[in-house]
Amino acid sequence: MTDVSSPPTLGRSSPDLAARALATAPAFRARHLPTLILVVVLAALPLVLPNAFYFDVAIRILANAVLAVALNLLIGYCGQISLGHAGFFGLGAYGSAILTTHWDWKAPTALVVSAAVVGLLAWLVARVILRLKGHYLAMATLGLGIIVTIVLTNEASLTGGPDGMSVGDFTAFGFRLYGERVWYWVFAGLLVVAVVLAGNLVESPAGRALRALHGSEVAARVVGIDTASFKTRVFVLSAVVAAIMGSLTAHYLGFITPQVASFHKSVELVTMVVVGGMASIWGSVFGAALLSLLPELLAKFEGFETIVFGLILVTTMIFLPRGIVPSIVARLTRKEG
Amino acid sequence: MLRVENLTKSFGGVTAVSGVSFSVEKGTIQAVIGPNGAGKTTLFNLITGVYTPSSGSIVFEGSEIGGVAPERLAKRGISRTFQNLQISMNLSAIDNVMTGAHLGLNSGVLAGMLGLTTLGGRERATRIRAAELMEFVGCGRYIDAEARSMPYGALKRLEIARALMAEPRILFLDEPAAGLNHTETHEIEELIAELGASGITVVLVEHDMKLVMNVSDRIVVLDYGKKLAEGTPEEIRVNPDVVAAYLGAESEGV
Repeated sequence: MTDVSSPPTLGRSSPDLAARALATAPAFRARHLPTLILVVVLAALPLVLPNAFYFDVAIRILANAVLAVALNLLIGYCGQISLGHAGFFGLGAYGSAILTTHWDWKAPTALVVSAAVVGLLAWLVARVILRLKGHYLAMATLGLGIIVTIVLTNEASLTGGPDGMSVGDFTAFGFRLYGERVWYWVFAGLLVVAVVLAGNLVESPAGRALRALHGSEVAARVVGIDTASFKTRVFVLSAVVAAIMGSLTAHYLGFITPQVASFHKSVELVTMVVVGGMASIWGSVFGAALLSLLPELLAKFEGFETIVFGLILVTTMIFLPRGIVPSIVARLTRKEG
Repeated sequence: MLRVENLTKSFGGVTAVSGVSFSVEKGTIQAVIGPNGAGKTTLFNLITGVYTPSSGSIVFEGSEIGGVAPERLAKRGISRTFQNLQISMNLSAIDNVMTGAHLGLNSGVLAGMLGLTTLGGRERATRIRAAELMEFVGCGRYIDAEARSMPYGALKRLEIARALMAEPRILFLDEPAAGLNHTETHEIEELIAELGASGITVVLVEHDMKLVMNVSDRIVVLDYGKKLAEGTPEEIRVNPDVVAAYLGAESEGV
Protein backbone atom coordinates (compact mmCIF):
# COMPACT_ATOMS: atom_id res chain seq x y z
CA MET A 1 0.00 0.00 0.00
CA THR A 2 3.04 2.25 0.26
CA ASP A 3 3.84 1.70 -3.43
CA VAL A 4 3.82 5.08 -5.18
CA SER A 5 2.22 3.74 -8.34
CA SER A 6 -0.63 2.02 -6.50
CA PRO A 7 -4.00 3.74 -6.39
CA PRO A 8 -5.29 5.57 -3.32
CA THR A 9 -6.79 3.32 -0.68
CA LEU A 10 -10.30 2.21 -1.49
CA GLY A 11 -12.89 1.87 1.21
CA ARG A 12 -12.82 3.17 4.74
CA SER A 13 -11.55 1.57 7.88
CA SER A 14 -13.54 1.61 11.08
CA PRO A 15 -13.07 -0.08 14.45
CA ASP A 16 -16.43 -1.79 14.04
CA LEU A 17 -15.44 -3.24 10.68
CA ALA A 18 -12.09 -4.40 12.06
CA ALA A 19 -13.82 -6.11 14.96
CA ARG A 20 -16.22 -7.89 12.62
CA ALA A 21 -13.32 -8.94 10.41
CA LEU A 22 -11.28 -10.33 13.27
CA ALA A 23 -14.28 -12.24 14.59
CA THR A 24 -14.09 -14.35 11.41
CA ALA A 25 -10.57 -15.55 12.26
CA PRO A 26 -10.46 -19.08 13.64
CA ALA A 27 -10.81 -18.81 17.41
CA PHE A 28 -7.99 -20.06 19.56
CA ARG A 29 -10.26 -22.33 21.58
CA ALA A 30 -11.99 -23.86 18.55
CA ARG A 31 -8.61 -24.62 17.02
CA HIS A 32 -6.80 -26.08 19.99
CA LEU A 33 -9.50 -27.69 22.11
CA PRO A 34 -9.80 -30.80 19.88
CA THR A 35 -6.01 -31.19 19.96
CA LEU A 36 -6.07 -31.03 23.74
CA ILE A 37 -8.82 -33.67 23.85
CA LEU A 38 -6.76 -35.88 21.53
CA VAL A 39 -3.73 -35.55 23.81
CA VAL A 40 -5.79 -36.45 26.87
CA VAL A 41 -7.38 -39.45 25.15
CA LEU A 42 -4.04 -40.70 23.85
CA ALA A 43 -2.45 -40.26 27.27
CA ALA A 44 -5.28 -42.08 29.04
CA LEU A 45 -5.68 -44.91 26.54
CA PRO A 46 -2.77 -47.09 27.80
CA LEU A 47 -4.52 -47.24 31.20
CA VAL A 48 -7.51 -49.03 29.72
CA LEU A 49 -5.89 -51.14 26.99
CA PRO A 50 -5.78 -54.63 28.54
CA ASN A 51 -3.06 -56.35 26.51
CA ALA A 52 -0.58 -56.23 23.64
CA PHE A 53 -3.24 -57.08 21.07
CA TYR A 54 -5.17 -53.91 21.83
CA PHE A 55 -1.98 -51.87 21.81
CA ASP A 56 -1.30 -53.29 18.35
CA VAL A 57 -4.76 -52.23 17.16
CA ALA A 58 -4.23 -48.75 18.64
CA ILE A 59 -0.85 -48.43 16.90
CA ARG A 60 -2.36 -49.39 13.54
CA ILE A 61 -5.06 -46.75 14.03
CA LEU A 62 -2.48 -44.11 14.94
CA ALA A 63 -0.29 -44.94 11.94
CA ASN A 64 -3.26 -44.86 9.58
CA ALA A 65 -4.46 -41.59 11.11
CA VAL A 66 -1.13 -39.87 10.40
CA LEU A 67 -1.22 -41.20 6.82
CA ALA A 68 -4.83 -40.08 6.36
CA VAL A 69 -4.21 -36.59 7.74
CA ALA A 70 -1.34 -36.07 5.27
CA LEU A 71 -3.30 -37.59 2.40
CA ASN A 72 -6.28 -35.37 3.21
CA LEU A 73 -4.14 -32.29 2.58
CA LEU A 74 -3.80 -33.57 -0.98
CA ILE A 75 -7.32 -34.95 -1.52
CA GLY A 76 -9.49 -32.70 0.63
CA TYR A 77 -7.62 -29.42 0.32
CA CYS A 78 -5.87 -29.66 -3.07
CA GLY A 79 -8.59 -31.73 -4.75
CA GLN A 80 -6.07 -34.22 -6.14
CA ILE A 81 -6.40 -37.96 -5.66
CA SER A 82 -3.48 -40.29 -5.12
CA LEU A 83 -4.21 -44.00 -5.58
CA GLY A 84 -0.61 -44.96 -4.94
CA HIS A 85 0.11 -43.76 -1.45
CA ALA A 86 0.67 -47.31 -0.25
CA GLY A 87 3.44 -47.38 -2.86
CA PHE A 88 5.23 -44.54 -1.07
CA PHE A 89 4.50 -46.22 2.25
CA GLY A 90 5.97 -49.46 0.89
CA LEU A 91 9.04 -47.72 -0.51
CA GLY A 92 9.68 -46.16 2.88
CA ALA A 93 9.19 -49.52 4.61
CA TYR A 94 11.45 -51.46 2.24
CA GLY A 95 13.96 -48.61 2.03
CA SER A 96 14.48 -48.81 5.78
CA ALA A 97 14.37 -52.61 5.76
CA ILE A 98 16.93 -53.04 2.98
CA LEU A 99 19.30 -50.30 4.08
CA THR A 100 19.41 -51.48 7.71
CA THR A 101 19.63 -55.24 7.08
CA HIS A 102 21.66 -55.54 3.84
CA TRP A 103 23.89 -52.50 4.30
CA ASP A 104 23.89 -52.13 8.06
CA TRP A 105 22.83 -48.48 7.90
CA LYS A 106 21.67 -46.82 11.07
CA ALA A 107 17.88 -46.78 11.33
CA PRO A 108 17.48 -42.95 11.43
CA THR A 109 19.77 -42.50 8.41
CA ALA A 110 17.87 -45.16 6.49
CA LEU A 111 14.58 -43.48 7.37
CA VAL A 112 15.73 -40.03 6.25
CA VAL A 113 17.32 -41.30 3.03
CA SER A 114 14.25 -43.40 2.13
CA ALA A 115 11.97 -40.43 2.77
CA ALA A 116 14.20 -38.15 0.68
CA VAL A 117 14.26 -40.60 -2.24
CA VAL A 118 10.47 -40.99 -2.09
CA GLY A 119 10.14 -37.20 -1.96
CA LEU A 120 12.29 -36.88 -5.07
CA LEU A 121 10.29 -39.58 -6.86
CA ALA A 122 7.01 -37.89 -5.92
CA TRP A 123 8.36 -34.55 -7.10
CA LEU A 124 9.34 -36.01 -10.48
CA VAL A 125 5.92 -37.64 -10.92
CA ALA A 126 4.11 -34.47 -9.83
CA ARG A 127 6.15 -32.18 -12.06
CA VAL A 128 5.11 -34.13 -15.12
CA ILE A 129 1.54 -34.89 -14.13
CA LEU A 130 0.18 -31.97 -12.14
CA ARG A 131 0.44 -29.54 -15.04
CA LEU A 132 -2.35 -31.50 -16.67
CA LYS A 133 -5.94 -31.04 -15.61
CA GLY A 134 -8.29 -33.68 -14.28
CA HIS A 135 -7.56 -36.98 -12.65
CA TYR A 136 -4.23 -37.74 -14.31
CA LEU A 137 -2.57 -37.81 -10.92
CA ALA A 138 -4.93 -40.59 -9.81
CA MET A 139 -4.01 -42.63 -12.90
CA ALA A 140 -0.28 -41.98 -12.61
CA THR A 141 -0.16 -42.81 -8.90
CA LEU A 142 -2.24 -45.93 -9.50
CA GLY A 143 0.37 -47.09 -12.02
CA LEU A 144 3.22 -46.09 -9.76
CA GLY A 145 1.77 -48.04 -6.82
CA ILE A 146 1.38 -51.15 -8.96
CA ILE A 147 4.94 -50.85 -10.26
CA VAL A 148 6.24 -50.58 -6.69
CA THR A 149 4.36 -53.76 -5.69
CA ILE A 150 5.71 -55.63 -8.73
CA VAL A 151 9.30 -54.53 -8.09
CA LEU A 152 9.08 -55.43 -4.39
CA THR A 153 7.68 -58.85 -5.30
CA ASN A 154 10.19 -59.64 -8.05
CA GLU A 155 13.46 -58.30 -6.63
CA ALA A 156 13.58 -61.27 -4.29
CA SER A 157 17.35 -61.05 -3.67
CA LEU A 158 16.85 -57.67 -1.99
CA THR A 159 13.29 -57.83 -0.72
CA GLY A 160 12.73 -61.50 -0.09
CA GLY A 161 10.02 -61.48 -2.76
CA PRO A 162 6.43 -62.35 -1.87
CA ASP A 163 7.61 -64.08 1.31
CA GLY A 164 8.71 -60.72 2.71
CA MET A 165 11.71 -59.84 4.83
CA SER A 166 12.44 -59.17 8.46
CA VAL A 167 13.45 -55.77 9.78
CA GLY A 168 15.55 -55.04 12.86
CA ASP A 169 14.59 -52.79 15.76
CA PHE A 170 14.78 -49.03 15.45
CA THR A 171 17.85 -48.01 17.41
CA ALA A 172 19.11 -44.46 17.64
CA PHE A 173 21.32 -42.56 20.04
CA GLY A 174 21.48 -45.49 22.42
CA PHE A 175 17.69 -45.93 22.51
CA ARG A 176 15.98 -49.01 21.19
CA LEU A 177 12.30 -48.85 20.27
CA TYR A 178 10.87 -52.18 21.21
CA GLY A 179 7.49 -53.51 22.30
CA GLU A 180 3.95 -52.29 21.75
CA ARG A 181 3.94 -49.86 24.66
CA VAL A 182 6.97 -47.93 23.48
CA TRP A 183 5.78 -47.85 19.90
CA TYR A 184 2.38 -46.67 21.06
CA TRP A 185 3.94 -43.50 22.48
CA VAL A 186 5.97 -42.95 19.30
CA PHE A 187 2.95 -43.15 17.02
CA ALA A 188 0.74 -41.21 19.44
CA GLY A 189 3.32 -38.42 19.50
CA LEU A 190 3.52 -38.43 15.72
CA LEU A 191 -0.25 -38.13 15.39
CA VAL A 192 -0.33 -35.12 17.71
CA VAL A 193 2.49 -33.49 15.73
CA ALA A 194 0.75 -34.29 12.44
CA VAL A 195 -2.56 -32.85 13.62
CA VAL A 196 -0.94 -29.65 14.92
CA LEU A 197 1.16 -29.11 11.77
CA ALA A 198 -1.74 -29.86 9.43
CA GLY A 199 -4.03 -27.57 11.46
CA ASN A 200 -1.51 -24.74 11.21
CA LEU A 201 -1.09 -25.27 7.49
CA VAL A 202 -4.81 -25.22 6.81
CA GLU A 203 -5.20 -21.89 8.61
CA SER A 204 -2.16 -20.32 6.93
CA PRO A 205 -2.11 -18.38 3.64
CA ALA A 206 -0.78 -21.55 1.99
CA GLY A 207 -3.78 -23.51 3.25
CA ARG A 208 -6.15 -20.84 2.02
CA ALA A 209 -4.41 -21.00 -1.35
CA LEU A 210 -4.89 -24.77 -1.46
CA ARG A 211 -8.60 -24.53 -0.73
CA ALA A 212 -8.93 -21.70 -3.23
CA LEU A 213 -7.29 -23.67 -6.03
CA HIS A 214 -9.58 -26.60 -5.22
CA GLY A 215 -12.59 -24.28 -5.48
CA SER A 216 -11.55 -22.48 -8.66
CA GLU A 217 -8.20 -23.07 -10.24
CA VAL A 218 -8.40 -20.17 -12.71
CA ALA A 219 -9.45 -17.69 -10.02
CA ALA A 220 -6.59 -18.88 -7.83
CA ARG A 221 -4.08 -18.36 -10.63
CA VAL A 222 -5.40 -14.90 -11.40
CA VAL A 223 -4.65 -13.73 -7.84
CA GLY A 224 -1.12 -15.09 -8.18
CA ILE A 225 -1.39 -18.58 -6.69
CA ASP A 226 1.02 -20.89 -8.50
CA THR A 227 -1.38 -23.83 -8.50
CA ALA A 228 0.99 -26.37 -10.07
CA SER A 229 3.65 -25.57 -7.50
CA PHE A 230 1.23 -25.86 -4.57
CA LYS A 231 -0.13 -29.19 -5.75
CA THR A 232 3.41 -30.48 -6.26
CA ARG A 233 4.54 -29.39 -2.81
CA VAL A 234 1.55 -30.95 -1.04
CA PHE A 235 1.87 -34.17 -3.07
CA VAL A 236 5.54 -34.44 -2.13
CA LEU A 237 4.72 -33.63 1.50
CA SER A 238 2.09 -36.37 1.74
CA ALA A 239 4.37 -38.86 -0.02
CA VAL A 240 7.23 -38.11 2.37
CA VAL A 241 4.92 -38.56 5.37
CA ALA A 242 3.82 -41.91 3.90
CA ALA A 243 7.46 -42.96 3.48
CA ILE A 244 8.35 -41.99 7.07
CA MET A 245 5.34 -43.88 8.40
CA GLY A 246 6.34 -46.84 6.20
CA SER A 247 9.84 -46.88 7.67
CA LEU A 248 8.59 -46.72 11.26
CA THR A 249 5.87 -49.31 10.66
CA ALA A 250 8.46 -51.68 9.17
CA HIS A 251 10.60 -51.38 12.31
CA TYR A 252 7.55 -51.80 14.51
CA LEU A 253 6.21 -54.87 12.70
CA GLY A 254 9.67 -56.44 12.36
CA PHE A 255 8.51 -58.20 9.22
CA ILE A 256 7.09 -56.84 5.97
CA THR A 257 5.73 -58.26 2.72
CA PRO A 258 4.89 -56.47 -0.57
CA GLN A 259 1.33 -56.34 0.78
CA VAL A 260 2.25 -53.12 2.63
CA ALA A 261 2.41 -51.39 -0.76
CA SER A 262 -0.69 -53.03 -2.21
CA PHE A 263 -3.37 -51.22 -4.20
CA HIS A 264 -5.84 -52.38 -1.55
CA LYS A 265 -3.94 -50.40 1.09
CA SER A 266 -3.97 -47.27 -1.13
CA VAL A 267 -7.72 -47.50 -1.59
CA GLU A 268 -8.14 -48.05 2.13
CA LEU A 269 -6.28 -44.80 2.84
CA VAL A 270 -8.38 -42.84 0.34
CA THR A 271 -11.52 -44.36 1.90
CA MET A 272 -10.44 -43.21 5.37
CA VAL A 273 -10.13 -39.66 4.07
CA VAL A 274 -13.42 -39.67 2.18
CA VAL A 275 -15.53 -41.43 4.83
CA GLY A 276 -14.07 -39.35 7.66
CA GLY A 277 -14.58 -36.16 5.70
CA MET A 278 -12.59 -34.41 3.01
CA ALA A 279 -10.92 -31.17 4.03
CA SER A 280 -11.36 -32.13 7.68
CA ILE A 281 -8.30 -33.08 9.69
CA TRP A 282 -10.40 -34.55 12.49
CA GLY A 283 -12.41 -36.40 9.88
CA SER A 284 -9.24 -38.16 8.77
CA VAL A 285 -8.38 -39.15 12.33
CA PHE A 286 -11.91 -40.46 12.79
CA GLY A 287 -11.97 -42.18 9.40
CA ALA A 288 -8.67 -43.91 10.15
CA ALA A 289 -9.98 -45.11 13.51
CA LEU A 290 -13.24 -46.35 12.02
CA LEU A 291 -11.72 -48.17 9.06
CA SER A 292 -8.97 -49.71 11.17
CA LEU A 293 -11.44 -50.87 13.85
CA LEU A 294 -14.27 -52.09 11.64
CA PRO A 295 -12.51 -55.24 10.39
CA GLU A 296 -11.77 -56.18 14.05
CA LEU A 297 -15.33 -55.46 15.18
CA LEU A 298 -16.84 -57.26 12.21
CA ALA A 299 -14.73 -60.37 12.67
CA LYS A 300 -17.68 -62.15 14.26
CA PHE A 301 -19.61 -61.91 10.98
CA GLU A 302 -16.95 -64.24 9.58
CA GLY A 303 -17.53 -64.72 5.86
CA PHE A 304 -19.82 -61.71 5.63
CA GLU A 305 -17.48 -59.11 7.11
CA THR A 306 -16.51 -57.66 3.74
CA ILE A 307 -20.17 -57.27 2.79
CA VAL A 308 -21.06 -55.59 6.10
CA PHE A 309 -17.97 -53.39 5.74
CA GLY A 310 -19.08 -52.33 2.26
CA LEU A 311 -22.65 -51.71 3.44
CA ILE A 312 -21.46 -49.41 6.22
CA LEU A 313 -19.34 -47.40 3.79
CA VAL A 314 -22.10 -47.10 1.20
CA THR A 315 -24.67 -46.07 3.84
CA THR A 316 -22.28 -43.48 5.25
CA MET A 317 -21.67 -41.93 1.86
CA ILE A 318 -25.39 -41.84 1.03
CA PHE A 319 -26.50 -40.22 4.30
CA LEU A 320 -23.37 -38.25 5.14
CA PRO A 321 -21.97 -37.37 1.72
CA ARG A 322 -19.53 -34.76 3.04
CA GLY A 323 -18.01 -37.37 5.31
CA ILE A 324 -18.82 -38.24 8.89
CA VAL A 325 -17.12 -35.45 10.84
CA PRO A 326 -18.02 -32.45 8.61
CA SER A 327 -21.65 -33.63 8.34
CA ILE A 328 -22.00 -33.96 12.10
CA VAL A 329 -20.28 -30.62 12.75
CA ALA A 330 -22.58 -28.93 10.21
CA ARG A 331 -25.63 -30.43 11.90
CA LEU A 332 -24.52 -29.36 15.37
CA THR A 333 -23.61 -25.79 14.41
CA ARG A 334 -26.92 -25.37 12.57
CA LYS A 335 -28.82 -26.29 15.73
CA GLU A 336 -26.86 -23.78 17.77
CA GLY A 337 -27.49 -21.01 15.24
CA MET B 1 -0.50 1.37 -20.40
CA LEU B 2 -1.82 -1.61 -22.35
CA ARG B 3 -1.42 -2.04 -26.08
CA VAL B 4 -2.92 -4.93 -28.01
CA GLU B 5 -1.67 -5.38 -31.56
CA ASN B 6 -3.00 -7.71 -34.24
CA LEU B 7 -4.11 -10.17 -31.60
CA THR B 8 -5.44 -13.45 -33.00
CA LYS B 9 -6.66 -16.61 -31.31
CA SER B 10 -7.92 -19.69 -33.13
CA PHE B 11 -9.40 -22.80 -31.59
CA GLY B 12 -8.99 -25.45 -34.25
CA GLY B 13 -10.82 -24.04 -37.25
CA VAL B 14 -12.62 -21.29 -35.35
CA THR B 15 -10.97 -17.89 -35.10
CA ALA B 16 -12.42 -16.34 -31.96
CA VAL B 17 -10.31 -13.18 -32.04
CA SER B 18 -8.89 -12.02 -35.33
CA GLY B 19 -6.31 -9.23 -35.73
CA VAL B 20 -7.64 -7.03 -32.94
CA SER B 21 -5.67 -3.90 -32.03
CA PHE B 22 -6.43 -1.25 -29.43
CA SER B 23 -4.80 0.45 -26.50
CA VAL B 24 -5.87 1.42 -23.02
CA GLU B 25 -4.68 4.67 -21.45
CA LYS B 26 -3.68 4.72 -17.79
CA GLY B 27 -6.46 5.78 -15.47
CA THR B 28 -9.29 5.37 -17.98
CA ILE B 29 -12.31 3.11 -18.12
CA GLN B 30 -12.47 1.18 -21.35
CA ALA B 31 -15.37 -1.01 -22.42
CA VAL B 32 -15.32 -3.89 -24.87
CA ILE B 33 -18.73 -4.58 -26.34
CA GLY B 34 -20.14 -6.77 -29.05
CA PRO B 35 -22.83 -9.36 -29.67
CA ASN B 36 -22.61 -12.79 -28.04
CA GLY B 37 -19.77 -14.80 -29.50
CA ALA B 38 -17.94 -11.71 -30.72
CA GLY B 39 -14.80 -12.81 -28.86
CA LYS B 40 -14.93 -10.46 -25.86
CA THR B 41 -14.27 -13.05 -23.19
CA THR B 42 -11.62 -14.72 -25.35
CA LEU B 43 -9.93 -11.33 -25.62
CA PHE B 44 -9.98 -11.02 -21.81
CA ASN B 45 -8.64 -14.54 -21.42
CA LEU B 46 -5.79 -13.72 -23.81
CA ILE B 47 -4.81 -10.51 -22.02
CA THR B 48 -5.03 -12.05 -18.55
CA GLY B 49 -2.96 -15.09 -19.50
CA VAL B 50 -5.65 -17.75 -19.38
CA TYR B 51 -5.14 -18.39 -23.11
CA THR B 52 -1.98 -18.11 -25.19
CA PRO B 53 -2.38 -15.95 -28.32
CA SER B 54 -2.06 -17.66 -31.71
CA SER B 55 -0.37 -14.50 -32.98
CA GLY B 56 -0.08 -10.81 -32.26
CA SER B 57 1.24 -9.03 -29.24
CA ILE B 58 0.03 -7.69 -25.91
CA VAL B 59 2.27 -5.06 -24.34
CA PHE B 60 1.65 -4.04 -20.74
CA GLU B 61 3.70 -1.20 -19.29
CA GLY B 62 6.38 -1.66 -21.91
CA SER B 63 6.79 -5.44 -21.84
CA GLU B 64 5.26 -8.24 -23.85
CA ILE B 65 2.83 -10.32 -21.78
CA GLY B 66 1.25 -12.53 -24.47
CA GLY B 67 1.24 -16.14 -23.22
CA VAL B 68 2.52 -15.23 -19.75
CA ALA B 69 0.76 -17.33 -17.05
CA PRO B 70 -1.94 -15.59 -14.97
CA GLU B 71 -0.06 -16.14 -11.70
CA ARG B 72 2.85 -14.15 -13.14
CA LEU B 73 0.62 -11.40 -14.47
CA ALA B 74 -0.85 -11.02 -10.99
CA LYS B 75 2.60 -9.90 -9.81
CA ARG B 76 2.57 -7.14 -12.43
CA GLY B 77 -0.70 -5.70 -11.19
CA ILE B 78 -3.19 -7.33 -13.54
CA SER B 79 -6.36 -8.63 -11.92
CA ARG B 80 -9.78 -9.69 -13.16
CA THR B 81 -13.24 -11.02 -12.44
CA PHE B 82 -15.11 -13.70 -14.35
CA GLN B 83 -18.27 -13.84 -16.41
CA ASN B 84 -19.29 -17.13 -14.83
CA LEU B 85 -18.53 -16.78 -11.13
CA GLN B 86 -15.22 -18.20 -10.00
CA ILE B 87 -15.69 -18.10 -6.25
CA SER B 88 -14.39 -20.92 -4.07
CA MET B 89 -17.56 -22.21 -2.45
CA ASN B 90 -15.54 -24.27 0.01
CA LEU B 91 -14.21 -21.06 1.57
CA SER B 92 -15.87 -18.38 3.64
CA ALA B 93 -16.66 -15.08 1.94
CA ILE B 94 -13.83 -13.20 3.63
CA ASP B 95 -11.35 -16.02 2.92
CA ASN B 96 -12.20 -15.71 -0.77
CA VAL B 97 -11.33 -12.02 -0.64
CA MET B 98 -8.20 -12.73 1.38
CA THR B 99 -6.87 -15.03 -1.35
CA GLY B 100 -6.53 -11.83 -3.37
CA ALA B 101 -3.68 -10.81 -1.05
CA HIS B 102 -1.85 -14.08 -1.69
CA LEU B 103 1.25 -12.45 -3.16
CA GLY B 104 1.65 -10.13 -0.20
CA LEU B 105 1.65 -12.93 2.37
CA ASN B 106 4.10 -15.66 3.31
CA SER B 107 2.58 -18.63 1.53
CA GLY B 108 5.28 -21.18 2.30
CA VAL B 109 3.95 -24.65 3.09
CA LEU B 110 6.56 -25.32 5.77
CA ALA B 111 6.16 -21.85 7.28
CA GLY B 112 2.42 -22.48 7.31
CA MET B 113 2.79 -25.83 9.08
CA LEU B 114 5.02 -24.31 11.73
CA GLY B 115 2.51 -21.53 12.31
CA LEU B 116 5.00 -18.81 11.38
CA THR B 117 2.71 -17.02 8.94
CA THR B 118 0.34 -15.70 11.58
CA LEU B 119 3.20 -13.92 13.34
CA GLY B 120 3.77 -10.24 12.73
CA GLY B 121 0.14 -9.30 12.18
CA ARG B 122 0.19 -9.47 8.36
CA GLU B 123 -2.62 -12.03 8.35
CA ARG B 124 -4.61 -9.89 10.79
CA ALA B 125 -4.15 -6.75 8.72
CA THR B 126 -5.14 -8.66 5.58
CA ARG B 127 -8.34 -9.86 7.23
CA ILE B 128 -9.29 -6.31 8.23
CA ARG B 129 -8.45 -4.98 4.75
CA ALA B 130 -10.60 -7.73 3.20
CA ALA B 131 -13.55 -6.64 5.36
CA GLU B 132 -13.02 -3.01 4.31
CA LEU B 133 -13.06 -3.96 0.65
CA MET B 134 -16.17 -6.09 1.13
CA GLU B 135 -17.85 -3.10 2.69
CA PHE B 136 -16.57 -0.90 -0.16
CA VAL B 137 -18.00 -3.09 -2.92
CA GLY B 138 -21.29 -3.37 -1.04
CA CYS B 139 -21.29 -6.84 0.43
CA GLY B 140 -20.29 -5.83 3.94
CA ARG B 141 -23.17 -7.70 5.51
CA TYR B 142 -21.62 -10.99 4.37
CA ILE B 143 -18.31 -10.53 6.21
CA ASP B 144 -18.99 -13.52 8.45
CA ALA B 145 -20.88 -15.56 5.83
CA GLU B 146 -19.90 -18.69 3.96
CA ALA B 147 -19.53 -18.05 0.22
CA ARG B 148 -21.99 -20.82 -0.61
CA SER B 149 -24.75 -19.12 1.36
CA MET B 150 -24.47 -15.80 -0.51
CA PRO B 151 -26.83 -14.64 -3.26
CA TYR B 152 -25.59 -14.25 -6.82
CA GLY B 153 -25.41 -10.46 -6.82
CA ALA B 154 -23.31 -10.41 -3.67
CA LEU B 155 -20.94 -13.01 -5.13
CA LYS B 156 -20.37 -10.79 -8.18
CA ARG B 157 -19.29 -8.04 -5.79
CA LEU B 158 -17.19 -10.48 -3.80
CA GLU B 159 -15.21 -11.21 -6.97
CA ILE B 160 -14.51 -7.51 -7.39
CA ALA B 161 -13.39 -7.27 -3.75
CA ARG B 162 -11.04 -10.21 -4.28
CA ALA B 163 -9.61 -8.62 -7.42
CA LEU B 164 -9.12 -5.31 -5.57
CA MET B 165 -7.41 -7.10 -2.69
CA ALA B 166 -4.52 -7.77 -5.08
CA GLU B 167 -4.14 -3.97 -5.46
CA PRO B 168 -4.23 -4.13 -9.24
CA ARG B 169 -3.03 -1.37 -11.54
CA ILE B 170 -5.37 -2.63 -14.24
CA LEU B 171 -8.62 -4.42 -13.51
CA PHE B 172 -10.57 -6.49 -16.03
CA LEU B 173 -14.26 -6.92 -15.27
CA ASP B 174 -15.99 -9.59 -17.35
CA GLU B 175 -19.72 -8.76 -17.43
CA PRO B 176 -19.94 -7.30 -13.91
CA ALA B 177 -23.67 -6.61 -14.29
CA ALA B 178 -24.70 -9.88 -15.93
CA GLY B 179 -27.68 -11.40 -14.14
CA LEU B 180 -28.22 -8.36 -11.92
CA ASN B 181 -31.47 -6.41 -11.63
CA HIS B 182 -31.86 -2.67 -12.34
CA THR B 183 -30.96 -1.43 -8.88
CA GLU B 184 -27.98 -3.74 -8.59
CA THR B 185 -26.75 -2.77 -12.05
CA HIS B 186 -26.94 0.87 -11.12
CA GLU B 187 -24.95 0.21 -7.94
CA ILE B 188 -22.28 -1.68 -9.92
CA GLU B 189 -22.14 1.27 -12.33
CA GLU B 190 -21.42 3.63 -9.45
CA LEU B 191 -18.83 1.22 -8.10
CA ILE B 192 -17.02 1.07 -11.44
CA ALA B 193 -17.07 4.86 -11.73
CA GLU B 194 -15.59 5.06 -8.24
CA LEU B 195 -12.84 2.58 -9.18
CA GLY B 196 -12.03 4.69 -12.23
CA ALA B 197 -11.95 7.84 -10.13
CA SER B 198 -9.51 6.21 -7.70
CA GLY B 199 -6.98 5.82 -10.50
CA ILE B 200 -7.33 2.12 -11.30
CA THR B 201 -7.42 1.47 -15.02
CA VAL B 202 -10.57 -0.51 -15.72
CA VAL B 203 -11.37 -2.61 -18.78
CA LEU B 204 -14.84 -4.13 -18.85
CA VAL B 205 -16.88 -6.40 -21.02
CA GLU B 206 -20.56 -5.66 -20.56
CA HIS B 207 -23.88 -6.11 -22.32
CA ASP B 208 -25.77 -3.44 -20.39
CA MET B 209 -25.49 -0.49 -22.81
CA LYS B 210 -26.67 2.08 -20.32
CA LEU B 211 -23.91 1.12 -17.92
CA VAL B 212 -21.29 1.04 -20.68
CA MET B 213 -22.29 4.42 -22.09
CA ASN B 214 -22.35 6.01 -18.63
CA VAL B 215 -19.02 4.85 -17.24
CA SER B 216 -16.72 4.34 -20.22
CA ASP B 217 -14.12 6.79 -21.46
CA ARG B 218 -13.63 4.73 -24.60
CA ILE B 219 -15.35 1.76 -26.18
CA VAL B 220 -14.04 -0.98 -28.45
CA VAL B 221 -16.68 -2.85 -30.46
CA LEU B 222 -16.00 -6.43 -31.52
CA ASP B 223 -18.01 -8.43 -34.04
CA TYR B 224 -17.15 -11.95 -35.24
CA GLY B 225 -13.76 -11.65 -33.57
CA LYS B 226 -12.80 -8.48 -35.43
CA LYS B 227 -12.68 -4.89 -34.23
CA LEU B 228 -15.65 -3.12 -35.73
CA ALA B 229 -15.20 0.31 -34.20
CA GLU B 230 -13.47 2.23 -31.44
CA GLY B 231 -14.19 5.59 -29.88
CA THR B 232 -15.90 7.58 -27.19
CA PRO B 233 -19.43 6.59 -26.15
CA GLU B 234 -20.81 9.46 -28.26
CA GLU B 235 -18.94 8.27 -31.35
CA ILE B 236 -19.98 4.67 -30.85
CA ARG B 237 -23.61 5.61 -30.32
CA VAL B 238 -23.84 7.13 -33.79
CA ASN B 239 -21.45 4.80 -35.63
CA PRO B 240 -23.57 3.24 -38.42
CA ASP B 241 -21.58 -0.04 -38.46
CA VAL B 242 -22.13 -0.51 -34.75
CA VAL B 243 -25.80 0.36 -34.96
CA ALA B 244 -26.24 -2.17 -37.75
CA ALA B 245 -24.22 -4.95 -36.19
CA TYR B 246 -25.15 -4.63 -32.59
CA LEU B 247 -27.44 -1.97 -31.30
CA GLY B 248 -29.73 -2.43 -34.29
CA ALA B 249 -29.83 -6.15 -33.88
CA GLU B 250 -30.59 -5.74 -30.21
CA SER B 251 -33.43 -3.31 -30.72
CA GLU B 252 -34.96 -5.67 -33.27
CA GLY B 253 -34.96 -8.37 -30.65
CA VAL B 254 -36.78 -6.26 -28.09
